[in-house]
Amino acid sequence: MSDALLAGWGRTSPSRARVLRPGSVAELAAAVQAAGGRGVIARGLGRSYGDPAQNGGGVVVDLTRLRKFELTGERIVAEGGASLGELIRALVPRGRFLPVVPGTRHVTVGGAVAADVHGKNHPADGSFAAHVEEFDLLTADGSVRTVRPGDQAFHATTGGMGLTGVVTRAVLRPIPIPSPLLRVETRRCRDLDDVLTRLSGSTARYAVAWLDCLSERGRGIVDEATHTEGPAATAALKGPLLSVPPHIPGGLLNRHTATLFNHLWYCKAPRTSVRSMPLGAYFHPLDRIRDWNRIYGPPGFVQYQFAVPYGEGLKNVVRRIGRSGVPSFLAVLKRLGPAGEGLLSFPIEGWTLALDFPATAPGLPELLDACDQAVIDAGGRVYLAKDARLAPESLPVMYPGLARFREIRAQLDPAGVFQSDLARRLRL
Amino acid sequence: MNNAFRDPQSLLIVGGTSDIALATARLLVRRRARRVVLAARPSEALTRAADGLRGLGAAVETVAFEATAVGDHEKTFGEVFAEGDIDVVLVACGVLGTNALDPVKAAEIASVTYVGAMSATLACANALREQGHGTLVVLSSVAAERPRRANFVYASAKAGLDSFAQGLSDVLHGSGVQVLVVRPGFVHTKMTKGLPPAPFASTPDAVAVAIHAGLRSQAGTIWVPGVLRLVMAVLRRLPRAIFRRLPG
Repeated sequence: MSDALLAGWGRTSPSRARVLRPGSVAELAAAVQAAGGRGVIARGLGRSYGDPAQNGGGVVVDLTRLRKFELTGERIVAEGGASLGELIRALVPRGRFLPVVPGTRHVTVGGAVAADVHGKNHPADGSFAAHVEEFDLLTADGSVRTVRPGDQAFHATTGGMGLTGVVTRAVLRPIPIPSPLLRVETRRCRDLDDVLTRLSGSTARYAVAWLDCLSERGRGIVDEATHTEGPAATAALKGPLLSVPPHIPGGLLNRHTATLFNHLWYCKAPRTSVRSMPLGAYFHPLDRIRDWNRIYGPPGFVQYQFAVPYGEGLKNVVRRIGRSGVPSFLAVLKRLGPAGEGLLSFPIEGWTLALDFPATAPGLPELLDACDQAVIDAGGRVYLAKDARLAPESLPVMYPGLARFREIRAQLDPAGVFQSDLARRLRL
Repeated sequence: MNNAFRDPQSLLIVGGTSDIALATARLLVRRRARRVVLAARPSEALTRAADGLRGLGAAVETVAFEATAVGDHEKTFGEVFAEGDIDVVLVACGVLGTNALDPVKAAEIASVTYVGAMSATLACANALREQGHGTLVVLSSVAAERPRRANFVYASAKAGLDSFAQGLSDVLHGSGVQVLVVRPGFVHTKMTKGLPPAPFASTPDAVAVAIHAGLRSQAGTIWVPGVLRLVMAVLRRLPRAIFRRLPG
């Protein structure tokens, strides 16, 4: 047990908490029951960008010691603290892969359930929860219950940001893959319409676009990928290439460097190409740079990810950001399929765009508030796993399932034992 | 909770009728502040201040606070924090007083501006430490850096408070609680009404904007206007024989 200053991946609003690292579910249950007035929240690998895995003045249970997993036939049974990267490493040599992987593999199973993460294949395969057969939920009274799709607790917990309890074990269904390789088709698109047409027409299982929101027309690069045959010996995952040193000053990433970087990224991409790529290189390019979040320096950064139904909403927000002059690095655009059943799950059918901004960029807070309004007007929402600055009033408008979520949470945790900085900030 | 941009959702003002503090509150309420607690001696001015902030949409509470009743501070602020987290505490209690060489008056100035403010700041610092996050904004003055004849008693009290706040900032390092020391020059407020303005005079709104920017950038010390940082760096080093001859 120790006190620590914890922040999210964006490093913006740290708070101090008592951190416990239980080595068993019994220890975890004891920690939850002894949490005290400021409550407890589970933390995995700390990849949420904002404040959902911190609990100022309270207890944070670090789940990374509960990381055992086994592959049994067509299922994976994993403890809540097992990382998706470890699962992938074990699955790939057996010709299997996770059905949904987010933009980093350094995410725990519990975190993936709590944020109901999605990947570049949401239209085809849905979000993480769609592939969870059941999970064990440790609730506020210290008891563990097994929860399945259709249960109230299931749909409140998937996307519920850890506020219904701790996911101690989950059963997942992997997918078969022919090899650790992907056939990746890359194409440069000169403007936003071109990008959207390309993504909309894509028949590949995975598709993503990198947008340059600082360019006048919103040019971008579209990467489509499908699993393909290849030599089985190829390493699917490589370790980090570089590591970012700890003491980078703030302010290096500004409008000028962002424009230059985005330009180089665009120009380095082939006009059009088809090649084979290991899984890791396609799904998790940023995992090759250890601690990449440090490049923003001590002030940190904010990732703004929103989803809007098809229509003009996306362009409205992109235009607003482009006009503002606030520097944004490569933005990631994906399509989302129909929403799942998670009450606070992020994906809704339409577009989702994620942008990184230096936290101290002038005008950024006001810009993002204006973007919230444009997103609300379009019937969309922002992603809680990324959020660090939403106004609490916006939350019920963005998430109509919030009222139902609160009812179920009140039943599961009447005393409000599960608390986080995010929950306090958004009055969840 | 403070968000990523350090826009607080809840604000406690110690010395709740201060013009600078209220200008800051108005600005923060326009951003994210929804709960504002004004701690001050009950008065009509306090009621008006609370109503003004309610008009902007904030939920405002008033708490009776007497700077010199240091024995009550822990209890008073303990109750405020028990109602919910406070993200920013703005300590703005002070008396400028007159410049008469009256020992009793001087002691009064010091007991509000230094002793009372220090005790209130400590009571709040402990509560903030318990909640694991938050920012203490301590209103100091450029006078803390070098007293002028016109305000030396007040200046000495602010010097004490400024020094205390710097030390506290170091003590709180790593606790999740940050300290922002604000050193305005001459500000046109009810406290300075009728006094001849010094050079680089500013307004409560200008100080509020600077405090907001200081919160955002997580600064440790700010001067308002910013140029005073340089001006004071020079003035501090002037030989006393020369400094004494400066106007004011």
